[in-house]
Amino acid sequence: MQYMLLIYGSGDSWETLTPEQQQEIGAAYFAFTEELQSAGKMVAGDALQPITTATSIRVRDGETLTTDGPFAETKEVLGGYYLIDVDTIDEALDWAAKIPGAKHGTIEVRPVVTDYETVS
Amino acid sequence: MQDAFVRAAERWPRDGVPDNPGAWIVATARNRAIDRIRRERTLVRKTELLARAAELPEDEEATIPDERLELIFACCHPALAPEAQVALTLSLVGGLTTPEIARAFLVPEPTLAQRLVRAKRKIRDAGIPLRVPAEHLMPDRLRLVLATIYLVFNAGYGPPVRRELCGEAIRLAAVLATLMPDEPEAHGLHALLLLQDARRDARVSPAGELVLLADQDRNLWDASGIEQGRRALERGLALRIPGPYQLQAAIASLHYEEPADWAQIALLYGRLAELTPTPVIELNRAVAVAMADGPEPGLEIVDGLTGLERYHLWHSTRADLLHRLGRDGEAAAAYSRALELAPSETERTFLQSRLSTVGS
Repeated sequence: MQYMLLIYGSGDSWETLTPEQQQEIGAAYFAFTEELQSAGKMVAGDALQPITTATSIRVRDGETLTTDGPFAETKEVLGGYYLIDVDTIDEALDWAAKIPGAKHGTIEVRPVVTDYETVS
Repeated sequence: MQDAFVRAAERWPRDGVPDNPGAWIVATARNRAIDRIRRERTLVRKTELLARAAELPEDEEATIPDERLELIFACCHPALAPEAQVALTLSLVGGLTTPEIARAFLVPEPTLAQRLVRAKRKIRDAGIPLRVPAEHLMPDRLRLVLATIYLVFNAGYGPPVRRELCGEAIRLAAVLATLMPDEPEAHGLHALLLLQDARRDARVSPAGELVLLADQDRNLWDASGIEQGRRALERGLALRIPGPYQLQAAIASLHYEEPADWAQIALLYGRLAELTPTPVIELNRAVAVAMADGPEPGLEIVDGLTGLERYHLWHSTRADLLHRLGRDGEAAAAYSRALELAPSETERTFLQSRLSTVGS
């Protein structure tokens, strides 16, 4: 089964960190990614540019509205993701807990739809 | 009937032959038949659940006890909301109907039905496994299972008392202890529930009023329940790893002794407070200390506690100790405060009568 591990954190924290701290976090993510890959569980994974680079699009009554920034002001913003392939939610939760960002922010674990016939 | 003979063969060497073996076998056969009917009812529903779960293999050949254990862990999975865990456990493991569960928790039936549908859907779609958790997850997951069963019991313990829920919780705890005989806390929970349930008839008066332990009619205590509880506790203690449920069961067991060994009870509360440090446990320890060493050291502990200002039992315990020290003015003020905070009519009636004895 595939699970999306969505990494949420406070958007402004990265810039407030010292270069040493940034390097430390980068190394932790590198190590995690390597562990996930060598276990053969990784499908994809990326970090996103900060929330200040976001643009939102809405199409209403045929009109396209483009706005700067995210749709809603939220405390925790999406900063990156991993897509993994494991057997059960227990395994997915184990991996999610190992993501460095879990120590400060929140990892949302979502199963990916694989069989579109049974979606309720 | 044959089951009952097997049981007799298992139990009599250990427990001794009952006074009336014929009646015992008939009663046991009946209980087991009821058990089997309930289990089959449960299995039908479980099969429905499995049929909907495309990801999960449906293993008809697996033995029933093992399936029930896997089912308990699936129902109490941390990915499900606590209220969904309780409802699912009662439905899929306990075999209760949706109206029965809704009535027990005073929730409208459609709300509960919806809760169950959502939880089952999550089990299927999020890949919650019908499996006993991996070893590194076991301590946390077992704690959730035990807490869920205890929650079911407490919902029935009242007041108001709902017998069927207490009975169901005891049945679930017994199943768990049977299926996980090496888990001391499974026996501890089973023992605790049996021992608390044994005074169900004595702790509420016919008028529905709470009766203090010291004032309870000992003839109304269920001697066989106490005996069963103590035996369950011994099975847990024999494994030599103490835990909160075993400690609470040991305390409940000591309360049935005449005279109760309050020094020992205070000591056990001290151990319990080390494992799960909460002010409520400290409050209970204070009561035991007051019984063992007098009201003064008890009051000292009570007054040192913080965070219980809105807990009626903190005020009523203080009131009781102040009264015993002859400080009736302060006792009356504390009873009044407890009265304002008491959550149920039964408890308010009780506190009102205490208040009138110290003269307000």
